[in-house]
Amino acid sequence: MRALLIRDLTLALRAGGGFGLGLAFFLIVTVLVPFSVGPQAELLQVIAPGVLWLGALLACLLSLDRLLALDFEDGTLDLLVTAPLPLEAALSVKALAHWLTTGLPLVLAAPVLGVLLNLAPPGYLWLVASLALGTPALSVIGCFGAALTVAIKRGGLLLSLLVLPLYVPTLIFGAEVARRGAGGQEVTTPLLMLAGITCAVIALMPFASAAVLRMGLR
Amino acid sequence: MSIWSYANPVKFLTLSARVQPVLWVLSLAFVATGLIWGFFGTPEDYRQGATVKIIYLHVPAALMAINAWFMMLVASLIWLIRRHHVSALAAKAAAPVGVVMTVIALLTGAIWGQPMWGTWWAWDPRLTSFLILFLFYLGYIALWEAVEDPDTAADLTSVLCLVGSVFAVLSRYAVQFWNQGLHQGTSVPVATGGRSVDDVFFYPLVLCMIGFGLLFIALVFYRTGTEIRLRRAAALRARAGRAA
Amino acid sequence: MGYPSAMMLRTDNLTLARGGVPVLTGLSLALAPGQALILRGPNGAGKTTLLRSIAGLQPPLAGRIEGAQDRIAYAAHADGLKAMLSVTENLTFWARVFGHTDITPALDAFDLHGLADRLAGTLSAGQKRRLGLARLLVTGRPVWVLDEPTVSLDTGAVALFAEALRAHLRQGGSALIATHIDLRIEAQVLDITPFRATSATRAGASDEAFL
Repeated sequence: MRALLIRDLTLALRAGGGFGLGLAFFLIVTVLVPFSVGPQAELLQVIAPGVLWLGALLACLLSLDRLLALDFEDGTLDLLVTAPLPLEAALSVKALAHWLTTGLPLVLAAPVLGVLLNLAPPGYLWLVASLALGTPALSVIGCFGAALTVAIKRGGLLLSLLVLPLYVPTLIFGAEVARRGAGGQEVTTPLLMLAGITCAVIALMPFASAAVLRMGLR
Repeated sequence: MSIWSYANPVKFLTLSARVQPVLWVLSLAFVATGLIWGFFGTPEDYRQGATVKIIYLHVPAALMAINAWFMMLVASLIWLIRRHHVSALAAKAAAPVGVVMTVIALLTGAIWGQPMWGTWWAWDPRLTSFLILFLFYLGYIALWEAVEDPDTAADLTSVLCLVGSVFAVLSRYAVQFWNQGLHQGTSVPVATGGRSVDDVFFYPLVLCMIGFGLLFIALVFYRTGTEIRLRRAAALRARAGRAA
Repeated sequence: MGYPSAMMLRTDNLTLARGGVPVLTGLSLALAPGQALILRGPNGAGKTTLLRSIAGLQPPLAGRIEGAQDRIAYAAHADGLKAMLSVTENLTFWARVFGHTDITPALDAFDLHGLADRLAGTLSAGQKRRLGLARLLVTGRPVWVLDEPTVSLDTGAVALFAEALRAHLRQGGSALIATHIDLRIEAQVLDITPFRATSATRAGASDEAFL
């Protein structure tokens, strides 16, 4: 399992695109927001938590079709299915690698972009906390979507259509934590809900992902 | 004879041919009676005026939009466990009907909302939930269309339906938490027996709901029959192509 | 070293489908440790389908496969190599996935020492193929299931492969190979053409219920 994680991380670093692309996309989306809604500091302050969450979510989505498609094309997935490693574990590891190369950089970059959007000072901690809790769920759910569409030619757009509705609960609770945090309100309830969703998804989703991947490879 | 014998496509077509005329007549009779009674036979609401009458389309459509997904969930489970083709095709056939019901519910809701709340759309929990349900339907149908092998498509969409159901419920609670809404409580709480709609409005509404339910069943029968014939045609073509 | 278990690989009355239509029916074969079996048959006869089923990638419509669970090393047209990893890294990865660490014998057998630090993406087609076959050695699995293993290999490389295969068989391994060229090894040959599904024997197709 560690071998697979190391390999995926090495590939993400060497192939260039995977690592920086999501981050660059996040940066650009965030920078474009003031251009579209205007530069008023108060307005930006109000929408900052939501915009940052949405940007992170889209950046996550962007790299999903690389998660399994590359391994499908060169036959690695077929070989992994015949390997002694359970497919559920292999997919969990791949989702973890996706989070480390996409989700984690987004979490770390979010406060910097928060400055650009005039995020309220108490919000930084909760923004980072909510993204750190929520982005793993995005990677794991995305892995399910990638497994669903892996055998479909040009499945990229379909992948977005399937995955985005599944992201709704995570987005709602995650952005709510960030919003309440920025407003200095109580955050416990949405934070617990977000943590609950992430834990449940990490525990259960790999089984669904492995099941659909086996069906798709047949 | 067990109910599973109707999982055989040919048997299903025979049954379907027998019950479909009855279903069509009954459903149209119920819908027509309900709508005519509702539109012309009930007084106007003292606050809402004539706009209240859109309830006879809105509520039954919303009811069937949810029940169609529920039916797809059950059919998907049957496919995954017992692998009856009819079940998978019935789920496939129900999805577009469900979408149309969802769209009717959303549109009539918007048309009703405009005079009542002064807005076409509000990010109210119920409205938002329906919008999310609509997205789930779209994804489900798109996946059916995208996968070439019909059995693989049935497998993948069934799992998507299961996972989607969990997330749809989750979204429902998330949305409720996110925004307390304008929308009134449910019009016909079945479990409690109490209801917020007056008797005068209630009976035609029940007729409409029964009618929409029957109409849904008739449509699913019809569309499943079409899907079965499509598969049959494809199977015959495959055989003919190999023999040549 | 040798392979510990002396289990036979058996298939019993297999019916296999491709795209929902049966291609092979009533196929039974047995493969004892130390034996190789060459599959022959024209294109489209179902060789790849048979190999994928035995490797556990697709379930048979009917029949049973015994002695394949966790004992198969599968190699097909795609080698599962990463262009951005070196030869050593590719092999080490697969070795560790299968719970091993030593890749030197595999590098020896396919004469890959000179290429060890090259990125797999810079190799020629034949060199990639050698790397893909070297992967079989690092799995430590006793049953090799190979689909056209000699594609794009030159005569020297084919000889290397045949030598590796003979060594594998001597150690009590076995191999099931779909190939058209003569590998010059001692092997049984099974022509799968007689098992092709005809219109009379197509029972069990997934679309059968619709007819």
